[in-house]
Amino acid sequence: MIWNREAECMTTGEMEELQLKRLQEVVKRAYENVPYYQKAFDDAGVKPEDIKTLQDIEKLPFTSKTDLRDAYPFGMFAVPDDDIVEIHTTSGTTGKPTVSGYTQNDIELWGEVVARALVMAGGDKKDKIQNCYGYGLFTGGMGVHYGGQKIGATVIPVSAGNTMRQIEIMQDFDSTILTCTPSYAMYLAEVLENQGVGHDKISLKAGVFGAEMWTEEMRAEIEKRLNIDALNIYGLTEIIGPGVAQECMVKDGLHIFDDHFYPEIIDTQTLKALPAGEKGELVLTTLTREGMPVIRFRTRDITALRYGQCECGRTNVKMDRITGRSDDMLKIRGVIVFPSQIERALLKIEGLEPQYQIIVSRPQQLDELEVQVEASPALFSDEVKYVEEVKKNIEQHIHNEIGIRVNVTLVEPQSLPRSEGKAVRVIDKRKLSK
Amino acid sequence: MMKLKQTSVFLENRKGRLWKAISTLREADINIRALSIADTSEFGILRMIVPDPDKAKEVLEENTFVVKTNEVIGVEIPDQPGGLDGILEILTKADINVEYLYAFVEKKADQAIVVLRTENIDSGIKALKEGGANLLSPEELYGL
Repeated sequence: MIWNREAECMTTGEMEELQLKRLQEVVKRAYENVPYYQKAFDDAGVKPEDIKTLQDIEKLPFTSKTDLRDAYPFGMFAVPDDDIVEIHTTSGTTGKPTVSGYTQNDIELWGEVVARALVMAGGDKKDKIQNCYGYGLFTGGMGVHYGGQKIGATVIPVSAGNTMRQIEIMQDFDSTILTCTPSYAMYLAEVLENQGVGHDKISLKAGVFGAEMWTEEMRAEIEKRLNIDALNIYGLTEIIGPGVAQECMVKDGLHIFDDHFYPEIIDTQTLKALPAGEKGELVLTTLTREGMPVIRFRTRDITALRYGQCECGRTNVKMDRITGRSDDMLKIRGVIVFPSQIERALLKIEGLEPQYQIIVSRPQQLDELEVQVEASPALFSDEVKYVEEVKKNIEQHIHNEIGIRVNVTLVEPQSLPRSEGKAVRVIDKRKLSK
Repeated sequence: MMKLKQTSVFLENRKGRLWKAISTLREADINIRALSIADTSEFGILRMIVPDPDKAKEVLEENTFVVKTNEVIGVEIPDQPGGLDGILEILTKADINVEYLYAFVEKKADQAIVVLRTENIDSGIKALKEGGANLLSPEELYGL
């Protein structure tokens, strides 16, 4: 099923024509209504009229998270406050939060893109969506809510947390689609198993998981344990989140709703655009947002773009699963390591629970990488040498994946923190300035 | 059947974990007949002989411990110099490697009990029987 065939299956020519028209409009709107953009464009010596082709977008300056934060609270709004009907913010864990304002049309747009995403995951009006994304200032809950209602499904706004109630509702209400972070889906699977709730007692068929990075191996694990199709959704508070991109049942990349969000991939060093297929940082421009247009936002997410028609019939450009963030990236003894690589290595080991924590320290001059993994019956024996071999085997798997030696520590089951939102996988004890 | 069931528990090197395992058994009213701890710099393995290994496994797992039940050999030896020597001599002559062992002394009799794990349990039992060692049945050991 395709929600909006016209928007999701147009030809490259049609898409580029629409994108150019919308890009010209949004650049003009940003320049005329947001003092920040007027100054930024003037400083870069570019005027809205200079945007004559899509490639001309490269003349425009980037917008960073810091730029948005500096405009706290409403400095980036392009409409009078009266026209804003809803506000969301980031968590603000690294400083002042970033605020995003939505007009009525923006809310409509949000519902539209999430509707496309849910339909891509096999959703329709018969579905019951158990929405465990947080409701509140965090954008996850409301986004799925609007999209779910748009397709006429039943939205269960259970929000994040209270796992026992989630499990009860899942069984009693016959939830068919689960929306949450992948780490929380994993945790729910674990609790269901512990409670002896088998696949026959739940009606889930699909999961739409996002708001954090995960791997193909994690998908396989979730699909097996929950007996569902586990699909990736992508979005961010600054642009629209969730609802920028969604994976279809082909499970090979996420379709960006590129009639509304224009993607580019740049080299993080040179800041120059990279050709299709090459891995770099995703940069997004909102083509239709009214309340807060964002021009060339540096997402910090590392991915690649692939153009062409998908087996599912859609023509929206696809982005690869996010493999890291340019600011999540760890540099260990000069080697670049992404937490997702360690996850991939761990999931290759039979019988290992994918609960882990990465601890980086610098006891003397050299970085040390410790990976804590929960012991399980498959990893344990009465013999010390067996357990030590298991530990060495895990270390070897990680070494093969990232190219540097790590120390694996086995910890007791359930001792690593379980998250109800985004999992904290990395603890960096080095005092490094970023 | 001369094999004994041993209960092994994974212990993280963290304060209070051994106590937690032991109190779990106390709450389930399980008496520990014999116990040893293998410790490494990063983790420990608590090995025990208990009268009801299935129940011990169940209650420990309920409390999120990782538990393995495996077979070991119990041998009764005289509690006097040379008691253990005799057993090890039998095994060495039969070319059988001992993975680990632990011993405890009986209160009433002048006997000591050795719990041991050979690489291959069956060949260990065979060698000890042929060497004339006094192997203990589970009933005999749990009934102590």
